[in-house]
Amino acid sequence: MTATRVQINGATIADDVPPRLSLADFLRERRNLTGTHLGCEHGVCGACTVLVDGEPARSCLMLAVACDEREITTIEGFAADPVVAALRRNFHRYHALQCGYCTPAMLITARDLILRQRAGSEREIREGLAGNICRCTGYTNIVTAISETAKELGREASNA
Amino acid sequence: MKAPAVDYIRPRSLAEAVDLLAEHRGEARVIAGGQSLVAMMNLRVASPALLIDISRLPELSSVSDDNDGVTLGACVTHAAVEDGRAADPSRGLMPRAAATLAYRAIRTRGTIGGSLALSDPAAEWPAILTALDAEVMVRGPGGLRSIRCAEFTTGIFETGLATDEVIENVRIPKLSPDARWGYLKLCRKSGEFASALAVAVADRARGHSRVVLGAANGAPLVLHETSRLISENGRGEVREAAAADIGHAADRHFDEFQRNLHMVAAMRAVQQVLQ
Repeated sequence: MTATRVQINGATIADDVPPRLSLADFLRERRNLTGTHLGCEHGVCGACTVLVDGEPARSCLMLAVACDEREITTIEGFAADPVVAALRRNFHRYHALQCGYCTPAMLITARDLILRQRAGSEREIREGLAGNICRCTGYTNIVTAISETAKELGREASNA
Repeated sequence: MKAPAVDYIRPRSLAEAVDLLAEHRGEARVIAGGQSLVAMMNLRVASPALLIDISRLPELSSVSDDNDGVTLGACVTHAAVEDGRAADPSRGLMPRAAATLAYRAIRTRGTIGGSLALSDPAAEWPAILTALDAEVMVRGPGGLRSIRCAEFTTGIFETGLATDEVIENVRIPKLSPDARWGYLKLCRKSGEFASALAVAVADRARGHSRVVLGAANGAPLVLHETSRLISENGRGEVREAAAADIGHAADRHFDEFQRNLHMVAAMRAVQQVLQ
């Protein structure tokens, strides 16, 4: 067991964790933050994507002990985030999910693409989503929802 | 699956990390970003007794830029290279290639030193850094030593790194202003491991030209005759030279499909270099 202290969605959490425990299992099983999903557990499917110190990361490929003193944001931590709010609206409007398993990580990845200005074209969005697998939608509606969100936020920024 | 039980320690200095490696000879693994190691542990392909986490050692994240080259600490991430947050000695080659390496959520954690230390045959950095003639600086109980990148990777997941050594940084010579480079990664889906990977660098002002294949069933494969031809800006015989270079690499056991794939990658990278 290793004493570990992490910030999760703004709250400081101290816990003794076995080093083998992944960040994903720590979040799901010890913190009950089950919006972080596990698919492949080797970094390919992207369902477990969270933010670590503000950058997207695979929570299945990070050990909880290695997150000591780091800031984690899970899908539950974006309630007040304007970009995720716009994405959520457009995912609903354009029917960008079916079973929903990939959706939390799609939202986190899409937010990162928009904030890094990598959502300017369909090609860019598709490249950016290559690490997030969806087995239901065929991606078309996800790409549309992200593209529309980027345009919307771009218009708001230029009007401001 | 879940990773097997393991111990974990975060040393306060690189010297301490080297001592720990020496003490646990063969039983310990160094972890930085963990983007391959944790996946291998989850798949139970790797089961080290001890993980030595070097990811927060400040000396390993440092970047220094002098007249002739750039030194990147082993723990500089792919994303830092992609974003240009780390100085670029390669006039755009390294940021361009970094953007093709796995996915953003992997690039934010994965490190250049980790990629070299693992030396997956399909990995990008061993081939690119060989093409740029980088040097890998390695810290062991006896101090620091330098290994040319072209000699660092010795085979499939095999390197010149001893069990008690850690990569400290990579020193990359700067390309001259009129140097040219070409890069091509072939894969079925963006971010996958390469099926074929070619890097071509022609820096005539420095007298350095090199064409290197990655994903080549072994260490990065330097195409010697092709490299010589691009240094002379020769066009006509380049295809024949590349075919001969690839044909000479009998130890790689390429089948016809792979040979074609490597040829396509090599020729497209070379075309980007030739004026």
